[in-house]
Amino acid sequence: MKLMNKILLIIQREYLTRVRKRSFLLTTILVPIVIIGFYAAIIAVAVSDTSEKVRIAVIDEASLFDGNIAPENKESIAYDLIRNETVESFKKKYQEVGYSALLYVPPLNINKPEKIVLYSRSAVSLGVKGKIENRVDKAIEQKRLSSENIDPQKYESINSNINIANTLDSGDGEKKSVEGVAYAVAFAAGILIYMILLIYGSMVMRGVMEEKTNRISEVIISSVKPFQLMMGKIIGIGAVGITQFIIWIVLIGLLQFTIPLLFPSIAGQIPQTGAEGVPMVKEANMIAKITEGLQSIPVGLLLFCFLFYFLGGYLMYASLFAAIGSVSEDQQEAQQLVFPVMMPIILGFVMLTKAIQDPNSGLALFGSLFPLTSPIVMLGRIPFGVPASQIILSMVLLILFFLFCTWLAGRIYRTGILMYGKKGSWKEMMKWALKRS
Amino acid sequence: MNILEVKHLKKYYATQKAVDDISFSVEQGSIFGLLGPNGAGKTTLLRMVTGIFFQDEGEILLDGKKFDPENDVTRIGYMPEERGLYKKMKIGEQAIYLARLKGLTKADATSRVKDWFIKFGMESWWNKKVEDLSKGMSQKLQFVTTVLHEPRLIILDEPFSGLDPVNANLIKDEIYQLAKKGCSIIFSTHRMEQVEEICDHIILVNKGQKILDGGVAEVKQQFKENLFLLGLEEIPENKASGFFEVIGHKNGGLVVKINEGYKPNDVLKFFIQQNINITAFNEMLPSLNDIFIRLVEGTTVSRQFQTINSN
Repeated sequence: MKLMNKILLIIQREYLTRVRKRSFLLTTILVPIVIIGFYAAIIAVAVSDTSEKVRIAVIDEASLFDGNIAPENKESIAYDLIRNETVESFKKKYQEVGYSALLYVPPLNINKPEKIVLYSRSAVSLGVKGKIENRVDKAIEQKRLSSENIDPQKYESINSNINIANTLDSGDGEKKSVEGVAYAVAFAAGILIYMILLIYGSMVMRGVMEEKTNRISEVIISSVKPFQLMMGKIIGIGAVGITQFIIWIVLIGLLQFTIPLLFPSIAGQIPQTGAEGVPMVKEANMIAKITEGLQSIPVGLLLFCFLFYFLGGYLMYASLFAAIGSVSEDQQEAQQLVFPVMMPIILGFVMLTKAIQDPNSGLALFGSLFPLTSPIVMLGRIPFGVPASQIILSMVLLILFFLFCTWLAGRIYRTGILMYGKKGSWKEMMKWALKRS
Repeated sequence: MNILEVKHLKKYYATQKAVDDISFSVEQGSIFGLLGPNGAGKTTLLRMVTGIFFQDEGEILLDGKKFDPENDVTRIGYMPEERGLYKKMKIGEQAIYLARLKGLTKADATSRVKDWFIKFGMESWWNKKVEDLSKGMSQKLQFVTTVLHEPRLIILDEPFSGLDPVNANLIKDEIYQLAKKGCSIIFSTHRMEQVEEICDHIILVNKGQKILDGGVAEVKQQFKENLFLLGLEEIPENKASGFFEVIGHKNGGLVVKINEGYKPNDVLKFFIQQNINITAFNEMLPSLNDIFIRLVEGTTVSRQFQTINSN
């Protein structure tokens, strides 16, 4: 009981000193604002692009448009056919008359259209250029259809555009998988663990180094066991991490609601497109697909695994980072020693990107079982469905390896924090870890 | 009554016998000096007594009972040589935290910290951070945090290093006070003049072994060389006699060494008979520094690495 009290005291100190820091407050508040800010900026760009009215003058010497260019659905580009003017003369004045660009279609062979030119003072945006190209493509298509005597309606009905649904056969009934959504969720979960390991792992390392360089370790060690001090620090910083993530998620969730307020135009756009029929179906399709995709992901399992691998991975790596911190007296020394600990984390990230593309490859299987990479890689595989036996094996391996790492790190740590003026090395650390006590 | 008894303590490292069969005991209420040159094994010895290291062999008794680090740490206050505090933590909070780690309740810790801060005139420091303190100030704070939980045994490793004379005296007075109240103090240092002043009992450690053990006065007697400082009104031509030899001059007087078999009175008689007025006659006891140097000298200054056959 007394032992627990002391660990709790240490956890409390580690937690409070960090949470009360100004830098903690700043990052905790700024990160969601920056993320939402980016999001808003992207939307702002998208919105401003579509609201921009572009007027294009068209000189159609090939009669491609048959004297009439109807605007497309939801088209933000207005076309005007210019008659009684030559390109040469109109080129000079199209801007004064209020056009942003001049599209010139010379007389052309419909089967080999060439030399169509768009004149403008400044470069036309990609979106506008793409829309103009589409419009011209459509006109040429129409011409070709009529020259081949094909009914355009018939052509439309022949034209095929399908999506293949991939259905997984994983024992417990068939599940539909929607690759895109699974991909995104898997990647997000894996990256989250990757970031947690790196950010909070090195926070533990710096904390241990701080105690060593401030020469307070021996003072504390005369009151508590080195292992208690190490675990107290690791758990305290882990709690800081959890707090930060919860605040981030809540803030991002709340800030999300401000986006429609910032851009009333997108809020208004949804019914607009709905009124026009076709896009409505498309969008509804998309939403249905995403929800279907989310349903195909085992959310409960994913959450459980996220928590498990977060805890297991963090505790395992944090103890290794603590061991490194205990033998280093400055940042530089730590950086040299920490490389072998960072390596498997980065490797795990690389394996994650592979595992998402091919969740059942040998590499993905290895990465999701090997304890040093499994916290990252396994999360990337879960949304695609993993046999229970593999998950259990991976978890057991992680627990065993976590116990081994903490034992090893504890032995290095208790010698390391009392060593002064001695450069740490991996050889030395292994000696401390393995010597009899 | 001995608060601490150490019996045949041994701690071997891969290349050194850091502590090689050391025994001693510390009496309750006494100030005990643990002396030795750098690298003699003092810190290792103290780390075993404070429960940081576990001995290879031997026994430690605290208050007559086997030392149990888990529970007994609350009865010990240890100020290590390599010491410091959390730089970014507020001072009052930090002192309370360290006291609570020693098992004090929050309320208890708070009131005691306040008392000590008032005593040392440190009230205004409460919300400052350690990084704002000068070295002397943070040493004072460190001392306070060491004794806050009223330990029975206080172990101070080089407590005065980095302190100016004023602050050193402040701490010294506090050490006397604590000893008077019944605390026992182990005081580890290689600065002999401080030990001579403060300690009742000393042991001298060199190369992991105890080479001297006794009360300060006792040790001085043991190592005296029959030297006396003799003050004379005039220095006679003829100083030759069978009783003594003049081996030097100091402060205008003569330093004489009385030969074996003779007494101070024989020396005095010699000068009185010559009708020379004697102004002073003092026995010159060796300083601990002299004894220390005499004992440690001749052995190699720095410890050599050796191979240990650990069974």
